[in-house]
Amino acid sequence: MMDAGERQRQVARGARRTVLVCVGVVLGMGGLAVASAPLYSLFCKATGFNGTPLVGAAPTASAGEVSAPLTVRFDTNVSKALSWRFQPEQSSVDAVPGQTATVFFKVTNTGSTPSTGIAVFNVQPELMGGYFVKVQCFCFDEHTLQPGESAEFPLVFYVDPALRKDPDIGDLSEMTLSYTYYPSKNGAPVAEAAKPRSTTNF
Amino acid sequence: MATATAHAGHDAHHDHKPSFFSRWFLSTNHKDIGTLYLVFAFMAGIIGAFLSFGIRMEMEEPGLQYFSNPATYNVFVTGHGLIMVFFMVMPALIGGFGNWFVPLMIGAPDMAFPRMNNISFWLTVAGFASLACSLFVEGSPGANGAGTGWTVYPPLSSAAGHPGPAVDFAIFALHLSGAGSILGAINFITTILNMRAPGMTLHKMPLFAWSMLVTAFLLLLSLPVLAGAITMLLTDRNFGTTFFAPEGGGDPVLYQHLFWFFGHPEVYIMILPAFGIVSHIIATFSRKPVFGYLAMAYAMVAIGVVGFVVWAHHMYTVGLSLQTQSYFVFATMVIAVPTGVKIFSWIATMWGGSIRFTAAMHWAVGFIFLFTVGGVTGVVLANSAVDKYLHDTYYVVAHFHYVLSLGAVFIIFAGVYYWFPKMTGHVIPEWAGKLHFWLAFIGANILFFPMHFLGLAGMPRRYADYPEAYAGWHKVSTLGGHVFALGMVVFVIGIVLAFRSKSRAADNPWGEGATTLEWTLSSPPPFHQFETLPKIVDEGHH
Repeated sequence: MMDAGERQRQVARGARRTVLVCVGVVLGMGGLAVASAPLYSLFCKATGFNGTPLVGAAPTASAGEVSAPLTVRFDTNVSKALSWRFQPEQSSVDAVPGQTATVFFKVTNTGSTPSTGIAVFNVQPELMGGYFVKVQCFCFDEHTLQPGESAEFPLVFYVDPALRKDPDIGDLSEMTLSYTYYPSKNGAPVAEAAKPRSTTNF
Repeated sequence: MATATAHAGHDAHHDHKPSFFSRWFLSTNHKDIGTLYLVFAFMAGIIGAFLSFGIRMEMEEPGLQYFSNPATYNVFVTGHGLIMVFFMVMPALIGGFGNWFVPLMIGAPDMAFPRMNNISFWLTVAGFASLACSLFVEGSPGANGAGTGWTVYPPLSSAAGHPGPAVDFAIFALHLSGAGSILGAINFITTILNMRAPGMTLHKMPLFAWSMLVTAFLLLLSLPVLAGAITMLLTDRNFGTTFFAPEGGGDPVLYQHLFWFFGHPEVYIMILPAFGIVSHIIATFSRKPVFGYLAMAYAMVAIGVVGFVVWAHHMYTVGLSLQTQSYFVFATMVIAVPTGVKIFSWIATMWGGSIRFTAAMHWAVGFIFLFTVGGVTGVVLANSAVDKYLHDTYYVVAHFHYVLSLGAVFIIFAGVYYWFPKMTGHVIPEWAGKLHFWLAFIGANILFFPMHFLGLAGMPRRYADYPEAYAGWHKVSTLGGHVFALGMVVFVIGIVLAFRSKSRAADNPWGEGATTLEWTLSSPPPFHQFETLPKIVDEGHH
């Protein structure tokens, strides 16, 4: 039987070790949480998770069999803080999986001051993110328009023929590509919080 | 015999104690801090209960009766949820009973870090103060307070949905109480791993200490993730970042993943200590050691581990692929196995035992029944196809109130009736505990069972108004709420009577079945206990 002093020292040693491990766990989990945002966006971009379209080069011409076309509808939105008009030249296009398609979008600044916007995109159903490949798009680029000025931007995309083998959405006949223009400042979107309070009251 | 030991307990009162201010405000004594936590949890619980009363009054009839602004109704719902989770159940079970009985049960003189224990408590109080502040500043336009639900999902909680500072205050409340809980968890882990009495191996440790060990690990792993998520939300709201805002390439669904990575273990954080307490109560009043001790301990470990990989069953409607949903359905159902081990082991403990239906035993047996009902609806909701229909309806409200309000809260009361004589040396009259139980049991069932019907009929959560068709069961539900509230009055009367009565509790008022170390001490225990450490001899059972 060891004496009380020896036990006390032993407990203190063990406690120090336990606390160090615990603090390590807390910092590790906190670090993972902070790193989750870039990791998640990396994961979405790589896998098309949650409706994030893939970005890639032209389709490989290996697709021998022709699969059924897919109607791609276009949805365009403009943030309340931006007085722009934003429309596709056609509301939908029939895309054959494996073949590229090109669609033009027209934006017009209807306001009285020059303004800068940035577009973000998403596809529905979200599982289509893994099969919708953009070759060229105008997303995440800043565009500045003078009052009354218009611009046309091309979107070039194709649908991966592997879609037709997907167990969940293989027989899909329609999908939607959605674009939204937000106001931008120095390449970053202007967050709602930065606006004066009076404009956020409904 | 009883009077002799009671007198000894009375003498123990006179060992050295600091003055009132330093005893209660600068406290480093685990029993005093436990008491502070229990009193705090009671007061926070009363406020949370008043908020739920506001909810039930409004829902009694269709139309808006008490809330002119439905946003304020949502503030009540949010406040009720946050208070009951972070400032009532967690402080009572972990801070209160955990601080009181973990050192006593493992034969330790105090917690490993008594001063850190004090900080944990006051951080929790500061968090509560911050949450209270949020009720009085603007949240959504034209309404005071955060009406985001306890989940604080963006975009409702971002600057677009709640431009006012109320959500910032609510986030600070979670930061502060979360920091307090993490420090508390480190304290429990260090205490349990290093300060057990000589001879008490982990496999001889009482189940309540086991449950606190698993709970502390869950806190340690999950709370930093919540802290990270709400910090990102805070910077999105105030500093123009776009972690959860699509205009900058962020994704609100990421917040849901982070929140539920914390949120699902959180529900086990609330129920595991209750599992520990109910095991002791059932064993004590069946006069038998608990059935399948090791299986019970490792079932809790299994629940804790699997609890970390099932979070997306709260998010079946966000557009997960079929394979992802299949995985989460399966993983969620796996949790029913260790939970079943616990339920059947409690029943097997009672089987053939010499059962005494004391007040505490009433609550414990009531818990087993009601928790099982909540568990069954949980298995129903685990199916993603069924959940898409029931998501965010009153069926979900019924489910989590059966496992928390009728589960965790029932065991908080069970713990009070079981340990009150040990903590205070006073005795709550048995009739008060039993009357309180029957009022709570009947009241809570009338209150929450009809919510299953409402949910199946499509009544959504978090709405202040509803069509006429739902009026009948809402009225019944509110009636049940009144019966439950009446039970709370009986509870307070019981405690007042206990302190007024002259009878004193024996060291071990429950007799033969109560075998854990706290019953070897006086009632109440001396200010400092186990100055000579108890030695655990191998008895081969618990």
